[in-house]
Amino acid sequence: MKGRTISPGKAEGEAIVSPEPIGFYGGIDIKTGIVIEKNHPLEGKKIAGKILVFPCGKGSTVGSYVIYGLKKNGVAPAGIINRETETIVATGVILAGIPCVDQIDIDKIKTGDRIFLDADKGMIEIKH
Amino acid sequence: MYLTKEEEKILDGEKGEVLERMFRLLVRLGDIYGADKMIPVGSVQVAGVSYKSIGDPGTEFLEDMASKGAKVKVLTYLNPAGMDLENWKDFDFPEDFAKNQLRIMNAFKKMGIVVTSTCTPYLAGNLPRFREHIAWSESSAVSFSNSVIGARTNREGGPSALAAALCGVTPNYGLHLWENRQPTIKIKVDADLVFNSDFGALGYYVGKQVKNKIPYFTGIKKADTDQLKSLGAAMAASGAVALYHVEGLTPEADLVEKEGLETISVGKKEIRETYDNLNSGKKPDIVILGCPHSSLREISRLAEKLEGKHLKKPIWICTSRMIKEAAIRMGYDEIITKAGGSIVADTCMVVSPIEKMGYKITGVNSGKAANYLPGFCKQEVVFANIDDLVEEML
Repeated sequence: MKGRTISPGKAEGEAIVSPEPIGFYGGIDIKTGIVIEKNHPLEGKKIAGKILVFPCGKGSTVGSYVIYGLKKNGVAPAGIINRETETIVATGVILAGIPCVDQIDIDKIKTGDRIFLDADKGMIEIKH
Repeated sequence: MYLTKEEEKILDGEKGEVLERMFRLLVRLGDIYGADKMIPVGSVQVAGVSYKSIGDPGTEFLEDMASKGAKVKVLTYLNPAGMDLENWKDFDFPEDFAKNQLRIMNAFKKMGIVVTSTCTPYLAGNLPRFREHIAWSESSAVSFSNSVIGARTNREGGPSALAAALCGVTPNYGLHLWENRQPTIKIKVDADLVFNSDFGALGYYVGKQVKNKIPYFTGIKKADTDQLKSLGAAMAASGAVALYHVEGLTPEADLVEKEGLETISVGKKEIRETYDNLNSGKKPDIVILGCPHSSLREISRLAEKLEGKHLKKPIWICTSRMIKEAAIRMGYDEIITKAGGSIVADTCMVVSPIEKMGYKITGVNSGKAANYLPGFCKQEVVFANIDDLVEEML
């Protein structure tokens, strides 16, 4: 599938898909990369090293710094795929240098799929 | 987006890693929002200053940038910090919090940012002109500069404002363009607005109704800059209003297209109900004024009310360091301190850790503060005009 480059780079890994938006500030633990938002579909799941797939970001603008912090702490997702990347996530992935592509039909991706993300070209490939 | 040859070079990393990364951020944001090019900015105001807001990740990010020699290209001011940067011990701000807050300030200073810490930079030496393009963050400062001054800024996040400061440009989209500054809803006001808190209540009500629209007010007969500051701050907090126009008062009001707009009426009843809705507490433990940061006029009025009085419980009035200096020179600080109050500089109740300082019920005259204190600081709120709040504490 072809989308739009938000932040360049390449990554390969296992998809973890959230049907709901993600708010990084208060939603993800910065030290462990575990989703801590109460009643979130990914609550208790670890995003570190995965290809994190969600429709869009939400919540505080401090979320950008949390994405940067996850990377510094070595628990960031390997790549991010969105339906629509808004400014909080865009700012975070660019600062952190995490490959990110948006304008992707994320309904076609399932948790556990093996994904190759070439954000330089804005491409994603699902390997079955 | 069109980029000049010079700008292409930044993106290729010829001007170093920090500039490349920050410029890339601006280009991406420009692409997302359909900007055609970059435009130079006259000044910047950066949010994300309090340690309470940005925590360790933000602090480390800023220190990393500063250590790599990043320097701002234009006059850049800061949003309020989490504490009074000079007198934090007197106000019992926690020591470990202070240590981290000072790390943040040092990183900013190293980058050439003026360590001012105020949400009213326009009262403290960062004053844009009509139609000047700027990149400001704090929502009430964005509203004031767009609406009351007629400068042009989008509401920037902390990192994007910092990027604009380091690169000296911002992507040309949104409120930088005249066609996007036209009102989208009309607000007909029929109420006597006397106190600044009346403007705060009006702003809170309207912000809830219009969300991120651009209101055009009629029926506001007079308002000074302090009152417009209260109005805009409340609308930006309860809604996401970044620009408003007031017939006869703000500079673009005569120039914009205002025919055929949907109209909302606001009367005495709506204002009174807003006061009721914002009140969740009874007797305040502390009264905190100065949201947004007080002007010298607001401080002088508080001093007048407190002259020769003795407060049973504290009143703080928050402001910038510059205005506090003037208040000291005029003797207002002495009057307020003698009565048992304090002029607190560099910080405000929303970004400081007041919930950890033993306060549970806070009295305010600001619609914005009333909006944020329950969530950010776990406070019950008494929302009233300044006369009633002072009376309550005597």
